Amino acid sequence: MKTIEDLKRLREQVQSDTRLRYTTGTKIIIGMGTCGIAAGAREVMSAVLDEIAKRHLQDVTVTQTGCIGMCEKEVLLDVVRPGEDRITYGKVTPELVPQIIAEHVVNGRILEELVVGKFSE
Amino acid sequence: MEHIRAHVLICAGTGCASSGSKRVEAAMKRELAERGLDKEIKIVETGCHGFCEMGPLVIVYPEGVFYVRVQEEDVPEIVENHLYKGRIVERLLYKEPVTLEKVPNYSDIDFYKKQNRQVLINCGRIDPEKIEEYIAVGGYQALGKAVTAMTSEDVVEEVKKSGLRGRGGGGFPTGLKWSFTRKAQGDKKYVVCNADEGDPGAFMDRSVLEGDPHRVIEGMAICGYAIGADEGYIYVRAEYPLAIKRLKIAISQAEAMGVLGDNIFSSGFQFHIKIKEGAGAFVCGEETALLASIEGKRGMPRPRPPFPANAGLWGKPTNINNVETFANVPQIINQGADWYAAIGTEKSKGTKVFALTGKINHTGLAEVPMGITMREIIYDIGGGIQNGKKFKAVQIGGPSGGCLPEELLDLPVDYDSLISVGAMMGSGGLVVMDETTCMVDVARFFLNFTQSESCGKCTPCREGTKRMLEILTRITEGQGQEGDIELLETMAKNIKATALCGLGQTAPNPVLSTIKHFRDEYEAHIREKRCPAGACSKLVGYTITSNCKGCGLCKKVCPAEAISGTVKEQHQIDPDKCLKCGACMAKCPFKAISKG
Repeated sequence: MKTIEDLKRLREQVQSDTRLRYTTGTKIIIGMGTCGIAAGAREVMSAVLDEIAKRHLQDVTVTQTGCIGMCEKEVLLDVVRPGEDRITYGKVTPELVPQIIAEHVVNGRILEELVVGKFSE
Repeated sequence: MEHIRAHVLICAGTGCASSGSKRVEAAMKRELAERGLDKEIKIVETGCHGFCEMGPLVIVYPEGVFYVRVQEEDVPEIVENHLYKGRIVERLLYKEPVTLEKVPNYSDIDFYKKQNRQVLINCGRIDPEKIEEYIAVGGYQALGKAVTAMTSEDVVEEVKKSGLRGRGGGGFPTGLKWSFTRKAQGDKKYVVCNADEGDPGAFMDRSVLEGDPHRVIEGMAICGYAIGADEGYIYVRAEYPLAIKRLKIAISQAEAMGVLGDNIFSSGFQFHIKIKEGAGAFVCGEETALLASIEGKRGMPRPRPPFPANAGLWGKPTNINNVETFANVPQIINQGADWYAAIGTEKSKGTKVFALTGKINHTGLAEVPMGITMREIIYDIGGGIQNGKKFKAVQIGGPSGGCLPEELLDLPVDYDSLISVGAMMGSGGLVVMDETTCMVDVARFFLNFTQSESCGKCTPCREGTKRMLEILTRITEGQGQEGDIELLETMAKNIKATALCGLGQTAPNPVLSTIKHFRDEYEAHIREKRCPAGACSKLVGYTITSNCKGCGLCKKVCPAEAISGTVKEQHQIDPDKCLKCGACMAKCPFKAISKG
């Protein structure tokens, strides 16, 4: 490393190593209750992780939650963009994941036909 | 490429490591691999998070869920429930001691809520063995800014303007000290980091070195640039093996990365750092003794002037600061003197790290803005006194400091207010004592410490502390005489005025401050041969009350055969034979033995 610009470049490169601990960005929350897992939540989660990796999305975190009672609509996946409503998508399959991420997470356009719930936090 | 969705931070500081965090980490690795989660969840070994009492600590991000006292066998449950299914393992959450409420997120815990973590901001959050993690959170930016965009004079001015004062104890203005060394004549100058943390109950420097070693290195390099030095030494006691290991790793990584060594950031500035392991003598924390020790001589102080700024290591101008002082420097350069000076009080700027120990619910490290009251530290952050006992005193500043009683708890904590009541900031060790602590015995304890650690070079310290210790011992054994208190006071004043270095000059402080605030306890020992706290074993007698069922257990454990009595009848203790060891009281199942 020779210059301060080198340091800046390196910082940007390695930031993803710790950003998760300070993040304030978009949250994707997957229902991992027994009902969710039975409906394929684990596969949905893997698809989410793959898609985030493929797109090199930096400020997105993936967490899990338990059953919220809408078992019939599992797999449930929520997207919360900072300062916006929490949007719950129902009957999510791994195939739908790239679309949700491209439209909603990246571009901020809610996929209304898949939404089963909305609420402000 | 894989996306990491969660970080599991496991504290590997000395505190948590000794309560088993290494085994937790191994189990976590195993469990994640078995479940096939190891590609998406990362384990990060961190430095001390400060909440040592509750260790081993495990924090799961991005949620920031804080698990306490995690053992190896808890790991499968964390992985299965939390990391796989997203259900927080409630039983491992921290419980507020008063409300008994469980708190999942660590920023909501009272212990952390009232803190202002600036120096400790990375401690427990980054992996101290990876320079990349330090760089990711902005590390070495301040050094880059200093050497490429500021003159050395600018740097000194910025530190001066920030109002930073030495965190090692004395509280001398750091910028002023730097300017002395900067102005001193000499072709070769040194920067020395004093990491010889010797105060009983103090461990903040160790935690910073273990948790964020690069920050100290960066602060030293900035100082080197400011004063015109190309070489630095870290004097760290050999009792801190983990700190030494992490410093070594950090220095070699910084050199490999080019942020330490020759021509840093192509500025022409060069700076190298060496580690000197001390043998763990208290006096070696005194700056002139420390320098002698680095030079390979016996660690003994010498009279000042000349001060190290003019004639330090090998006679060359040398700037010595403590670990915490250096750790403050990068953020002063990054965020500016005005930002820094906005924290704290008029004459004591910034934050201070305190080590909370003793009879307090939350022992550990707490970083607070200067000017906070002692009561807030002890009750709001420290969670109050253990087992619902009554607060008696807090010893601040280690053997050089003094004891503060209940009446002074609302005093704002800063350098000057502490000195005004006969205590001092010192390195920031806080030892909290409850009603069962005898203040004469505390004074004796600290004097015993300084007496054993005296290097012996000057007579007041070598002989004076010994005589004072003899008097104190006599008082705690019930042999005190009228006039002892006055004699202690006279000797204390003489030693303070004539000892060569800070160790001797401050050694009588615990005696003076306990006499000042707890004179009645001294008088009870001397006149009534009584220890009001029931702590001095020679002045305490054991008696068997009517609760006695005559089980005979006490009789069996008594090493002096002082207990007599027949089965199923109340036993008695012969006070002449009793050794006052307390074994009977510990054994009695009926709480039938009283001490007093």
